[in-house]
Amino acid sequence: MNYVLPVGDFLMAGEASSNVKKILNQLGIPPRIVKRTAVAMYEAELNAVIHAYGGRAEVEITKDFIVVEVIDDGPGIPDIELAMTEGYSTAPDEIREMGFGAGMGLPNIKRNADEFSIESEVGKGTRVRIVVYFNR
Amino acid sequence: MKVEEIVKILDAEILTSGHDPGLEIMHACGSDLMSDVMAYVEENVLLLTGLVSPQVIRTAEMMDIRVICFVRGKNVTPSVIDMARERGITLLVTRHPMFIACGMLYSAGLRGKGVRD
Repeated sequence: MNYVLPVGDFLMAGEASSNVKKILNQLGIPPRIVKRTAVAMYEAELNAVIHAYGGRAEVEITKDFIVVEVIDDGPGIPDIELAMTEGYSTAPDEIREMGFGAGMGLPNIKRNADEFSIESEVGKGTRVRIVVYFNR
Repeated sequence: MKVEEIVKILDAEILTSGHDPGLEIMHACGSDLMSDVMAYVEENVLLLTGLVSPQVIRTAEMMDIRVICFVRGKNVTPSVIDMARERGITLLVTRHPMFIACGMLYSAGLRGKGVRD
């Protein structure tokens, strides 16, 4: 499944994650696993909308796991280690005023995912890959 | 604690019709920072917040939060109320500010468990 993430429309962010959550619930995946997947994907989706003004999400669901890739053509992350630090954020003020951008996003994705990887190139974009297993 | 009881304690108004009056709330979390809600809240809680954006409803949706109470008598737009109703989330609004609302619920026995240290 492929989703286009809204360009710069912060208020609409989350549609893709919401849709994936519904599908996992319909498949009868345990609620705790569904919640972890939804939170990880939602954080990644928000990041793409906040920092890269949109992007896309590619989702693959098998009987044992789900793979979510959130890909953007945004400005990229110069220092991934720094970006992974809790509390570090480059989100603009208007995003913080809406209750986000506290520098918890990437660490929270990692915490909720069974496998997590991030690749980024300055000026090219960022790709976040999340895998969650259904039976662990 | 039942939602009806929370409504009574906070002298709150219910914004969404068709909610489950018997829904039991075990814990509560007061925050305007949705980043923290997503990073620290572990169990299904009542969320008290002063934020009224659609992303509050989204955060609740992802976190399996079933009841949100807006504090300080915030005006909530019909589109936010509709969004919550579609997701089976009950919305309340109280005129009390955050600190007072949390204090009233704490005094009545609600606790903040279910939140990661």
